[in-house]
Amino acid sequence: MPQYVALSKITKEFTFALAAEGKRVDGRAFDQFRPITIKTRFVKKAEGSAEVHLGHTRVLCGVKLKPGVPYPDAPDAGTMTTSAEMNPLAAPDFEAGPPRPEAIELARVVDRGVRESGLIDFKKLCEKVGETVWTVFIDIHVLDYDGNLFDACSMAALAAVLTAKVPRVQYKIGDKDVPLPLTTTEPPISATVAKIGNSLMIDPNLDEDLVFDARLTVACDVEGNIRAMQKGGSGSFSVDEVRKIIKMGQSGSALIRAAIHEAVAKGEASVGAKPEA
Amino acid sequence: MAGGNLDIQLIKGGKRNDGRVPNQLRDIKIEAGVLHRADGSAYIEWGGNKVLAAVYGPREAVPRHSQDPNRAVVKARYNMAAFSVDDRKRPGPDRRSQEISKVIGEAFENVILTEEFPRASVDVSMEVLEAEAGTRCAAMTAASVALADAGIPMRGMVAACAAGKINDTVVLDLGKEEDNFGQADLPVGLNIQTGEVVLLQMDGNLSPDQFDEALGMAIEGCRKIYELQRDALYRRYRRDESNGGRA
Repeated sequence: MPQYVALSKITKEFTFALAAEGKRVDGRAFDQFRPITIKTRFVKKAEGSAEVHLGHTRVLCGVKLKPGVPYPDAPDAGTMTTSAEMNPLAAPDFEAGPPRPEAIELARVVDRGVRESGLIDFKKLCEKVGETVWTVFIDIHVLDYDGNLFDACSMAALAAVLTAKVPRVQYKIGDKDVPLPLTTTEPPISATVAKIGNSLMIDPNLDEDLVFDARLTVACDVEGNIRAMQKGGSGSFSVDEVRKIIKMGQSGSALIRAAIHEAVAKGEASVGAKPEA
Repeated sequence: MAGGNLDIQLIKGGKRNDGRVPNQLRDIKIEAGVLHRADGSAYIEWGGNKVLAAVYGPREAVPRHSQDPNRAVVKARYNMAAFSVDDRKRPGPDRRSQEISKVIGEAFENVILTEEFPRASVDVSMEVLEAEAGTRCAAMTAASVALADAGIPMRGMVAACAAGKINDTVVLDLGKEEDNFGQADLPVGLNIQTGEVVLLQMDGNLSPDQFDEALGMAIEGCRKIYELQRDALYRRYRRDESNGGRA
C-alpha cells in the first residue's frame, strides 16, 4: 500500500526548491488558504450535517443524537463521541478496516476542538439526572483527500454541530425537536501550517502534506487566544517558528469563522475562487 | 418482509402513497467524475438515497496472495455512513454490508474484462451517505458509472433496480415504507448490452406469474436507468467545440 503514496523524488525536491524561493506548487502565498465551500444540512437523516470542500479535499460530517446513560462522574451532562473514517474512495492508499492511527488522531483533534470549545451546552442535554442524557455522535467521512484533513474536518464538525437538532420526537422524549443547546461561545477555529525546509505554509495541499518535515495545527478563538494545538510529523520547530505559526493561524481563522457562520445561516458559503473541476 | 403487512395500505386507486404509479421510478440524478483523487467516480441521488462511488485501478493487487495470475480481482466495498439512517449505525462493516459487497463485486467481475489485467485489482468503493430503501441498486448503478469513468473495459454497463409487491400489486423501485411493509423485494442488476442478469436477490412471497411481472418490470426499470447513466457520461465527456474540442 505505501507503494501508491510514494511521491516521486523530483516532486519532493521541486516542492522544497520552490519553498526556498518563497513559492508553492499551486502558486498560493504562504498565508493563503485554498478556496473553501461549506454546505450545511446536506444529509437529511442526520440531526446536523455539513460538507466541506477545501480545494479538492472533500469531507462530510454528520451529527446524530441518541438517548443514553451518563458517565458516573457527570450524571447531569450529555456526552459526545467523534469518529473519522478515511474511506478507501478518498485516496488510493486508504484501506478499509479498523481506523488507523492517522484517523484516530484526526478524530481526537476534532473532538477536542468541539468539546473544549464549550460550544455545546452538555448540561442542557440531560433529560433525567443519572439516567438519561443525550449522546452526540460526530461522524466524519473523508471523501476526497487532497491535503490538510485537520482543518477541513474541524470546519465540517463545527458547521454540522451548529446546525444540529435534538430528535426528541423520534425517541418519544418530547413532542417537538429542539436545536442542539449551544452556549454563546465563539468556537476556536483550527489552522494547520506545514514546515517545508525553512518555510512555513498554511493549509498544505496533497504534495505539501506528503513531503512536509512537520506540521502544527493551532486553534484560535475570536479574541486571538490559543485554545488547542497538535504537532505532527517527525521534523521540529524552533520557538520562533511556533510563534510565527500562531500569528498565521490567528489571521487565517477570521475568514473561516465568517464562512462557517454564513453556511449555518444560509445553508452554503464560499470563500476564495471555486476550484477548477 | 416475509408476507408483509396487509393492514397497511400502500397503494390506492393505482397510485402509491408517494404519488407514483406502479411502474414509476423515484427521481434519479447521476453525475460522473465528481472526485479528484479517484481514477473514476460517480454520485447518485435516487429518491432519498445519496451514494458516492469511486474506482481505483486496475493496479497491482495487494496482498500478493490475493493476486490471480490469469485475471484481475474485483474488490467491492459497500459501506453506510453512521449518519445515513434514522438510528445511528455503528461505523464499519456489518454482516449486511459484507454480503452486499460480495454480491455486487461478483456482479462486476462478470462484466469487467478481468482477463486483460492479470495480477491486478479493480477496487470499487461505494459510500452510502444517506439511505432510504434501495441503496444496493443505487450503489451499483453509481459504481457502474464510476467504472466507465475510470476507463475500465467492460462487456456492458450494469444498471440495477428493484421491483416488489405491495398490497398484492407488483410495483417498481420500492420506497422506504413499501420496503418495510411490502410483501416482496426483488433487486436486479442487468448488463444492459447483453441483457444478462448479474445480480439477483429476492425476499418475500411472489407467485410465478407475479415473479415474471416483477422481473420484467425491474428490467424495464434498469433500461430507463441506463439512459441516465449514459447521459451522465455524455455530460462528463462530450466534446465542447467552442473549447477547441476539449472534453
